[in-house]
Amino acid sequence: MKELVIISGKGGTGKTSLTAAFCHLAKQAVFADCDVDAADLHLILNPDIRRSETFVSGHEARIRPQDCTGCGTCRELCAFEAVAPATAPEGREIFHIDPFACEGCKVCVQFCPQQAIDFSPAECGQWYRSETRFGSMVHARLHIGAENSGKLVSLVREQARLVAQEQAANWLLVDGPPGIGCPVIASITGATAVLIVTEPTLSGQHDFERVAQLCRHFGIPAFLCVNKWDINPEQSETLSRCATENDVTVLGRIPYDPVFTTAQLQVQAVTEYAANETAKAIRQLWRQLQQQLASQPDQGKRPKGD
Amino acid sequence: MKIAVSATESTLSTPIDSRFGRAKQFLIVDTDSNALAVLPNTQNLNAAQGAGIQAAQNVVNAGVQAVITGNCGPKAFRVLKAAGIAIYHCSDRSAGDAIKAILSGTLQPAESANAESHWS
Amino acid sequence: MVQTDPFVLAVASGKGGTGKTTLSVALAQVAGAPLYDCDVEEPNAHLFVRPQWQDKQDVTRRVPLIETELCTGCGACTELCQFNALIIVGHKAMVFEELCHSCGGCRRVCPTQAIHETDVTIGSVSLGLSAKLTLVQGCMAIGQVMAPPLIRATRNYHHNVPPAKLAILDCPPGTSCPMITAVRGSDFVLLVTEPTPFGLNDLQLAVETVRQLQLPFAVAINRADSGDRRVHDYCQREGIEVVIEIPELRHVAEAYSRGETLLEALPQQRQLLQNWLHQLCPGGLA
Repeated sequence: MKELVIISGKGGTGKTSLTAAFCHLAKQAVFADCDVDAADLHLILNPDIRRSETFVSGHEARIRPQDCTGCGTCRELCAFEAVAPATAPEGREIFHIDPFACEGCKVCVQFCPQQAIDFSPAECGQWYRSETRFGSMVHARLHIGAENSGKLVSLVREQARLVAQEQAANWLLVDGPPGIGCPVIASITGATAVLIVTEPTLSGQHDFERVAQLCRHFGIPAFLCVNKWDINPEQSETLSRCATENDVTVLGRIPYDPVFTTAQLQVQAVTEYAANETAKAIRQLWRQLQQQLASQPDQGKRPKGD
Repeated sequence: MKIAVSATESTLSTPIDSRFGRAKQFLIVDTDSNALAVLPNTQNLNAAQGAGIQAAQNVVNAGVQAVITGNCGPKAFRVLKAAGIAIYHCSDRSAGDAIKAILSGTLQPAESANAESHWS
Repeated sequence: MVQTDPFVLAVASGKGGTGKTTLSVALAQVAGAPLYDCDVEEPNAHLFVRPQWQDKQDVTRRVPLIETELCTGCGACTELCQFNALIIVGHKAMVFEELCHSCGGCRRVCPTQAIHETDVTIGSVSLGLSAKLTLVQGCMAIGQVMAPPLIRATRNYHHNVPPAKLAILDCPPGTSCPMITAVRGSDFVLLVTEPTPFGLNDLQLAVETVRQLQLPFAVAINRADSGDRRVHDYCQREGIEVVIEIPELRHVAEAYSRGETLLEALPQQRQLLQNWLHQLCPGGLA
């Protein structure tokens, strides 16, 4: 099984649309949406959820109003400005913890003279195992304001790997998160290869350099696809040069094409919806990736670098 | 001497798991008695943060004097060093062969971490 | 920005790449208001503003420092720490600053007062000036992961920022901690989206977020004619005002790729933005 992670650094470069097209083109594949903060792959793959699980991570402090004397120790000690004044039902001045601001450090719980603060495991999201018209899929949704530490991303990937193993799949295709932080690292470590989808803009260039460095850090073979290359051919050239300097193999490029949006509106992958030049370029890109990855060892047959 | 090796399977002929913090398990080998024990590392496989640190602490608690692994990040390296454990970087042979290489002095302990921090 | 207490307009989006930075820069230009780039992991506003940097301050946070002579290795700190930032090795506590959330709990719980605090740099806040614009930029140092304290420092930076009645915040994308830290405490949130299924999905998450935070908000639709009416319909159904629409034009995308601003590519947008800002914050325009 080969695991390909598609990332972009910057958002909005067409990463998810391309991932969906690969899901359409790949034979015997399993899919994972690791962009748990703004998951969109399901909008094309239209999954039928077969199993749903709660994702619990860290703890959350909650003051029991009946036991709070309003002494204010918690407010004084909280480093995250999460404690605010509140009024108890019987009119007493007490305190309340804003769950959006609480980081679950337990300091208030530890030092509350009345031991009036509960500390229960925090539900941070949901994850799902689903079936789609192209194959099985694992995806998730992080709750609003939850910390995206990479833990849910790791969980989604791990579950998707299990599914891929069960099915003896050829491919695990992972839609990765944006940025260069923990979630991205959690989504690429130990993968067969990474495809970076970039647009030829100054911002795209800026963020590409950062993700390329990240791939090199982890010794993961990386490939570049420039999307909307023709909106700035010169910048596309600069990107390709920059890729070569960063040991990133330059693969096909894709023109600026409204078909990305049209296909999305039809709940279809670009290659499913269209047969135009853009769709051909994507099919060509997928062929190139297959060839390039054919020489890489399969997952599970070698110790993975992590 | 007690040695911990990160490994993908539970036998000495198994290849070294190149990961330390997220290794599947550690083989704990007592080279004096030839006793072999397996220290699972399962909880760390899924830990988002501090996997290397936790793994290092488990290995320290197992009372080993040396660790063999493919890649050891800076945080785990610090823990192992503070506990006075020698770290050997090696991933191109089996666990058993790596132990032999240490005993024969052909494998030298590492001076520093050889993997980048995961920033996590 | 505290000294004059300006009206704070946060520009945010659930999804990245919707034109949040483009719009933030244009709004700041139109209003003559200072722009705070709070997208500290990928600050990109400077690519369009091209400022002369005037000042740069390191941002630090407090992390524990162990006085080893006093540490008995009792483990009270490791037991309290929820972030695995402390462990006991060889009967002494050891700190992993990268994992520390700076809660101060270990120092308070230590029975032998062996834990002090020290500062680590997590990034910087810079002040830049261009011909007409003041830019305050937060930038996270590579290898750091704690964005919220840096976002707070960026928002609260006021040294040498000319007094203004309005301030614009370019917020991190998403709906997790960094986005919340940036939009919290602002006076109004402008959510930027695209008229596509992805744009709609991510807009709905962002709307849910700002509603829970009880912040007033409106929507801006970028590439407004590129998809379909679902975003418009959703906004209408939910009683959300669509205040800005920017058309989909290839030359705008090309201009963006070269680092040109929206107002350079579409000068006619100026009046529209001005009218809306005037409604939102009368007297806020310089």
